Amino acid sequence: MRRVVITGAGTINALAHDVDGTYKALREGRCGIGPLEIRDVDRLSVKIGAQVRGFDEAAHFNRQQITLYDRFTQFAMIAARQAMHQSGLEISGELADRAGVVFGTSGGGLTTQDENYRAVYEEGKNRVHPFIVPKLMSNAAASHISMEWNLRGPSFTVSTACASSNHAMGLAFQMIRSGICDAMLTGGSESMLCFGGIKAWEGLRVMSHDACRPFSANRNGMVQGEGAGVFVFEELEAAKARGAEILAEIIGFAMTSDASDIVLPSREGAARAMAGAVRDAGIALAEVGYINAHGTGTAANDRTECAAVAEVFGSHAKNLMISSTKSMHGHLIGGTGAVELLACLMALRDGVIPPTVGYEAPDLECALDVVPNEAREARVEVALSNAFAFGGLNAVIALRRYSG
Amino acid sequence: MDAGAKVIEIIAEQAVIDPSDINLDHSLEDLGIDSLGLVESIFAIEEAFDIAVPFNANEPSAGEFDFSSVAAIIAAVEGLVRDKA
Repeated sequence: MRRVVITGAGTINALAHDVDGTYKALREGRCGIGPLEIRDVDRLSVKIGAQVRGFDEAAHFNRQQITLYDRFTQFAMIAARQAMHQSGLEISGELADRAGVVFGTSGGGLTTQDENYRAVYEEGKNRVHPFIVPKLMSNAAASHISMEWNLRGPSFTVSTACASSNHAMGLAFQMIRSGICDAMLTGGSESMLCFGGIKAWEGLRVMSHDACRPFSANRNGMVQGEGAGVFVFEELEAAKARGAEILAEIIGFAMTSDASDIVLPSREGAARAMAGAVRDAGIALAEVGYINAHGTGTAANDRTECAAVAEVFGSHAKNLMISSTKSMHGHLIGGTGAVELLACLMALRDGVIPPTVGYEAPDLECALDVVPNEAREARVEVALSNAFAFGGLNAVIALRRYSG
Repeated sequence: MDAGAKVIEIIAEQAVIDPSDINLDHSLEDLGIDSLGLVESIFAIEEAFDIAVPFNANEPSAGEFDFSSVAAIIAAVEGLVRDKA
């Protein structure tokens, strides 16, 4: 079976505008959540979020690109540039036809939609800019990545709410493993921190008004973030042949559907996804040392996720570490799995387990080692990254430390 | 600013050149403005003059608006502005 490795990583998120800065923040347990700075925030009841700050689009893109790039596409392009730079991969000739991009996003160009609905409904304008459709479409990021890096093979967007990135990266992994492709850019991006985006989420009554405290007994909801994560996946032998630095190996992936409720999580569906990823990787349960949790900080998710981990791992559940880095970078919705994959890379490569910050009080229903508040040094061979979406769509990725 | 100068300014911005480099007999093609650039120029003209320019990208030559040269565009814009008054 062909093996699949990661040779490049890039990100922009509330913690930092690059991978090293993000690792540093994760190690320090720094929280990127703060007061939202968006138009009409006074009319929102949720006023906090993990916003990307100090970001000047004109420093990264020319005028024509800005005309066509929604904020979620801008984030995607910045992360993809970093990932391609790190990988050193040149995509041309036959490789171009065997390389693609599978990309996750939930809201796509939601900010563009919000701004232009405002223009025509609130401001009564009768005309919008001609490129609103290509700017707001959910495949805009995937398409611009394909154009920028000459990816002429399978390319598309996956939109499965909070699992979008994991589904995207899992499919990219499967495409290389199965021989359809040799290299893929993959990950996800999200930018929903606009008035309409937050207003819609407020309605569900699942958002915290003060902090994201996954697994803590006093947790009171999720906090949204924004940003992107992009990775270069390659077939192992090809990566070795060109002397690429290998960041980690993807060894397994599983997807399940709860087929039960449009918002409530299912222990059984989550458990089948984690067990499936371990089975797909062909490893023993005891090899899993770290799980980057879905860990949204809602009462229902964290309780259900911990029960699923206990069910799958049995006595080993007490030995492994599980943390929710959403406590720091927020919930990036369709981009969250991509930024969370970085937490797994850091655990595998650097032996540093990122913490669950904001943890204040133990919850008997989340009685696992959630790495509270402070990062921990530990050698980990295998990590899982969980994503359990609204709509009951679950996607779990298994990664292994690469030691040559 | 008269209509001609404003139209030239809009076209120059699309072509990413200085307005003084634009001649009245230039076509948009001469200036390197492609179909997307044309649509953006029309949008900018509509915004600047508060007019509606008849144009369908499926049949670019079907409308009565003459895009064949900078001079033709200026004349057509002046006509639409006059009609509005």
